[in-house]
Amino acid sequence: MTFLWFNLALILELLATGGFIVYIVKQHKWVFQYSYWILVAGFFCHTIFLGCRYYFLGAAPVLDLKSALSFFSWSIILAYLVLQIKFRLMVLGSFVAPFAAFLMIISSVMPWTEGPVKPLFKSLWLTVHVGTVFIGNGLFAITFMAAIMYLIQERHIKRKRLGSFYSRLPSLATLDNINYYALIYGFPFLTIGMITGSIYAQYALGIYWQWDPKEVWSLITWLFYAALLHERLTVGWQGRRAAIMSIVCFCVLIFTFAVASLWLGGYHSFDNLGAG
Amino acid sequence: MKIINIGMNHETAPVELRECLATDPENTVRALALMRDLECIKEGLFISTCNRVEFLIATESAKDAEKSVISLMAKLGNMPKENFSSKLYTNEDRDAVMHIFRVASSIDSMIVGEPQILGQIKEAYAEATRQKTSGVILNRLMHKAFHVAKRVRTETEICEAAVSISYAAVELAKKIFHVLKGKKVLLIGAGEMAELAARHLMAQGVSSMVVVNRTFERAVEVAGLFKGRPVSFDEIGAQILDVDIVVTSTASKEYVVTYDQVKNSLRKRRNRPLFFIDIAVPRDVEPKINDLENVYVYDIDDLKGIIEINMAQRQQAAVKAERIVQEEVGKFKKWLETLAVVPTIVSLRDKADSIIQAELKKSFSALSHLTPDQIETVHTLTRSIAEKMMNDPIVFLKEKAGRETLNTYLDVTRKLFNLDRNNGNIE
Repeated sequence: MTFLWFNLALILELLATGGFIVYIVKQHKWVFQYSYWILVAGFFCHTIFLGCRYYFLGAAPVLDLKSALSFFSWSIILAYLVLQIKFRLMVLGSFVAPFAAFLMIISSVMPWTEGPVKPLFKSLWLTVHVGTVFIGNGLFAITFMAAIMYLIQERHIKRKRLGSFYSRLPSLATLDNINYYALIYGFPFLTIGMITGSIYAQYALGIYWQWDPKEVWSLITWLFYAALLHERLTVGWQGRRAAIMSIVCFCVLIFTFAVASLWLGGYHSFDNLGAG
Repeated sequence: MKIINIGMNHETAPVELRECLATDPENTVRALALMRDLECIKEGLFISTCNRVEFLIATESAKDAEKSVISLMAKLGNMPKENFSSKLYTNEDRDAVMHIFRVASSIDSMIVGEPQILGQIKEAYAEATRQKTSGVILNRLMHKAFHVAKRVRTETEICEAAVSISYAAVELAKKIFHVLKGKKVLLIGAGEMAELAARHLMAQGVSSMVVVNRTFERAVEVAGLFKGRPVSFDEIGAQILDVDIVVTSTASKEYVVTYDQVKNSLRKRRNRPLFFIDIAVPRDVEPKINDLENVYVYDIDDLKGIIEINMAQRQQAAVKAERIVQEEVGKFKKWLETLAVVPTIVSLRDKADSIIQAELKKSFSALSHLTPDQIETVHTLTRSIAEKMMNDPIVFLKEKAGRETLNTYLDVTRKLFNLDRNNGNIE
């Protein structure tokens, strides 16, 4: 039953992605509207799936890469849906949905690992830690998307070749604004996530900070985003430079998420989080 | 009934000829009045703009109507027929409908997609209804034309992209700043084109305008037009720190705004985007400035390039628009064809009605004891029997509308029901 919700979410998100791609090519508003509501429905199923998993496991469903990817995808869609209310920017979906769907596809081809969950993980602290970190990640994914869109649009305007993307993408000011908003909301979430993580570590392992690879890389990611935020607020970085920096920051974040969890070992790695 | 269109436009006739017919606004009323007096013209409409003169008429005899319209034009323009008759085009029926649809959708315009034409046609139609020269056919045709124009506008990109220099500049500014409300503009030099661009920018809600000119008096004058602030030529550097959009159009041979000047201001501007619109020849803004971060420079050639692309895009959209027009012409043609069936159907109904009335009258004495309700029921009953009887023949005739055999069937129907002899008289 639980996996039915997962498959339903996957199918709906793929459908929505297809719709969003058709929308950016054909520019029919009704295509966007259908895609948007299909995505909302997919998100709804995804939420139910996560709820069920949480109920069965008794812990946040992020303990293997498959679950983590699906949760990442969910938080990106959440961030998009919330920002969509503020910005009403139809074309953003055409960038975000494919990315979210891509993560879901990777997640879906991985095998389910069913093992008992360590009692250690059945903690509210873990849920808060993971929840805030991922919402931050979702928002950072939006800054990344907006930055890519910004660079494409900026290139069009600078080169004076107003190609097909020029009319489809919004103004530079709008894209910079989305980038900024997603950053200033994403940063506190990441910060809270790291603080609660360290409190949880103290509670579970008896030590706040132990220079685990994931911890170190998270700190590096946090510093990157802190630098970007600082430059934006004090020096007045905006536009192209801020967009490039957002992309660099997000690459570091993805490295932290994937590489540090998979290959660098440490207690955060999925090998150690799974059955044991 | 035939629909005929006679006219000339920017492609067929030179402006000297068009203006003979189009200049006097009283001409429309005169033309409509003259048409109303002509026996051969059942309905008429007169459109005159600076790019076209069009007559649209509904008539039974196309040849006579065409002749009368041409002599009417000669009267309106005070010139002999020979002056213009070779410049005219005449469209009949399907072609006339298509032509008016194309004109209304701005496919036939000099600048494809320009929005004024629809308003002008609406005005011409309003005048025709005021003068009572428009009837069933033209009413329907014109409403369809407005519908087609609306479809073309919403379903194609025919009037989306800018096709004038100043408008293209404003569109670009919007792609950079999103909204121009609250943005500050610096106007360097005060030529006509710069003024036009400034006017467009003001219309978009820019909050303040600073005007610089070599001769300060002229700066004061132009600043007055836009409620702006005149400043001296030496203050350009200081102003660049503050503004968002710079429009330049001086006759200066050297660059008025230099690379170093802008580069040094960037940090103080906190990297806010800066947009130069350089419509001067030779150029006022050093082209290298475009390489600076968050600074965009468009000169007159760049803007012209955009317009050319936009024009091409409109032409492409026009192809799609033609398809919509074709589709709607087909629909309208169908309606027009059913018109031929209408008189027969009407007389069929009339005949049934008079039979009912006559028979009821005959039975009146026998029915006199009935209550009003019951009498009403008898009426309804007789009427619905008659309608049921007539339904199939009517549907059959409507189906035959537009077919070649239609006239035969109409003829048979009229004979079968004896519609042409003493309509109301039943044995």
